[in-house]
Amino acid sequence: MDNRQISPQPNAGIKYRKNSGIGRLEPFLFTTFNTVFMICLVIVTLYPFLNTIAVSFNVGNDTIRGGIYLWPREWTTQNYKAIFASGYVYDAFFISVARTLISTLLNIFLTTMLAYTLSRKDYVFRKVITVIFVLTMYFNAGLIPNYFLIKDLHLLNTFWVYVVPSMISAFNLIVIRTYILTLPEALIESAKIDGAGDFKIFWRVIFPLCKPVLATIALFVAVGAWNAWFDAFIYTSSRQHLSTLQYELMKLISSTMNSNANPSVAHGSGMTAESARDMVTPISIRAAITVVASVPILLVYPFLQKYFVVGLNVGSVKE
Amino acid sequence: MAETLTQQPVARPPKRKKERRFTWKQIKDQRQLIWMSVPLTLYIMLFAYYPVWGWTMAFQNYRPNKSFGEQEWVGFKQFHFLFTDDNFIRVLRNTVAMGFINLVLGFVTAIILALLLNEIRKVLWKRVVQTISYLPHFLSWIIVTGIVATSLSINDGIVNIVLMKLHIINEPILWLSEGKYFWGIVGASHVWKEVGWNTIIYLAAIASIDPALYEAAEIDGANRYKKMQYVTLPGIKGTVVILLIMSIGHILEAGFEVQYLLGNGLVVDWAETIDIFVLKYGLAQGNYSLATAGGIFKTVVSITMLLLANGVAKRLGEERLL
Repeated sequence: MDNRQISPQPNAGIKYRKNSGIGRLEPFLFTTFNTVFMICLVIVTLYPFLNTIAVSFNVGNDTIRGGIYLWPREWTTQNYKAIFASGYVYDAFFISVARTLISTLLNIFLTTMLAYTLSRKDYVFRKVITVIFVLTMYFNAGLIPNYFLIKDLHLLNTFWVYVVPSMISAFNLIVIRTYILTLPEALIESAKIDGAGDFKIFWRVIFPLCKPVLATIALFVAVGAWNAWFDAFIYTSSRQHLSTLQYELMKLISSTMNSNANPSVAHGSGMTAESARDMVTPISIRAAITVVASVPILLVYPFLQKYFVVGLNVGSVKE
Repeated sequence: MAETLTQQPVARPPKRKKERRFTWKQIKDQRQLIWMSVPLTLYIMLFAYYPVWGWTMAFQNYRPNKSFGEQEWVGFKQFHFLFTDDNFIRVLRNTVAMGFINLVLGFVTAIILALLLNEIRKVLWKRVVQTISYLPHFLSWIIVTGIVATSLSINDGIVNIVLMKLHIINEPILWLSEGKYFWGIVGASHVWKEVGWNTIIYLAAIASIDPALYEAAEIDGANRYKKMQYVTLPGIKGTVVILLIMSIGHILEAGFEVQYLLGNGLVVDWAETIDIFVLKYGLAQGNYSLATAGGIFKTVVSITMLLLANGVAKRLGEERLL
């Protein structure tokens, strides 16, 4: 968010100066209430996450005794060593990184390229193609037909099922196209006079100028790809080497959650014998994977914050 | 076209020329643009439009090992089965209820938070609160449901600990094992995850309100609350309506991940949504026709509601999406 948006009432303090006692007190009461409220919000948002970090650095068997809040009681890095020592988390981490990188690069390149063509007002197929893409925002064939399509295309149990079905999103397309339309037309004209073809104009002129909007879109796409688990669950669940970090986490959580909902099931079920030897428990392993799965994105997003509103511009969806 | 031909045969040639906005020369000149866009259009036709053909399964007694011509056509039997099936009625109730709860809670909390954030004068503090409030949006539902389950657990869950310390309850509650809490938990999880993120758009709308309106209101003696009521809220009405239209269209899509991940055998009657139903009947049990019928029902209702909401917004003279 931009600083200048923040205070639409620059003289807010002045108006109460000659009022009665309550009038003078009101801004103070409101500010106090507001500050307390925001502090509560911050605590409620951060606590579960800090707690997870604390658990991930605490000795597994000790965590079961309870009472871990914001700081580990018996410090250890054993949980992290355990998850990276077991090959399957390591592989899943690699697959997650690969799918996120490839998806983001492909999405950004293809969507911007298409957006550029749809921003050319004299392009003969502009209207048709725009309508074809915009309509995809309003319907979805559904799980079963999509599953059969993936199966017919022989994408089942391949890495490419993570990338190919979601290379372009209509929403991002419209956002980028709207952004390109705000760029000065003269840039394109002068490039044309210099003899550049449309692809060259797109790649050399338009693409570099789209950085602000692409920063946000890239973040959205990357977050979506990194957090996705359903495709791994539906399309590749029979191939362990294609599993993603989120899917591994999902399997682990569903095994520990059942023991939460149903106290008769003892803690510690669901993990391999290897981990019992290493004194780690499903709960501490889960905490460690949660941290590994969330930290990469949490490190990036604060720096892109000022661009968020560009990517969320709903007004631009109107066609 | 044929009608035009018989009625005014003379007018036809110029009219036709006008309709044809492009020529072969243009196509040749724009071949790079065409190469850059048409393959991607074919791609989206394959991945978004072609699967709709699979909807025919809902009108068949689909068997995977038979070819299309050999399938047995059953008309609306699958739909009839759906709407007489207690299971599906319950699933529909859950989907609509949770969609509605999420919609109302999501809008109200985000607008209130945006109004409160807007009142913070200290720029740095506001920035910090905003950044932290965006954090859960970037976590996957897997992580969020893991956090929710941990927070609500009876051994050492923070919610039970706090409620016991405050003497609101005397012994820990098995939150995730009782159906009556489930909808509320799903709603609260959504709020926790998205409330900060959803304020972005409202704060942008508030920022675009003309400051002169606030000054005028102040001169008229309006206090903080009057200004919120008569300047800020009307100022963001357009944005709210657009977002509402979008959300209403997606009300039936409110439920898969959370319900699937948080649900368990004990609360299945309250947790199962249409998407879970489709997954269960379709991929797990192989009843593709029934599952597809459920999916079609969901899509058709979504589009209908979107169009209705859009029409209502038009009547009210608000900005529209379509």
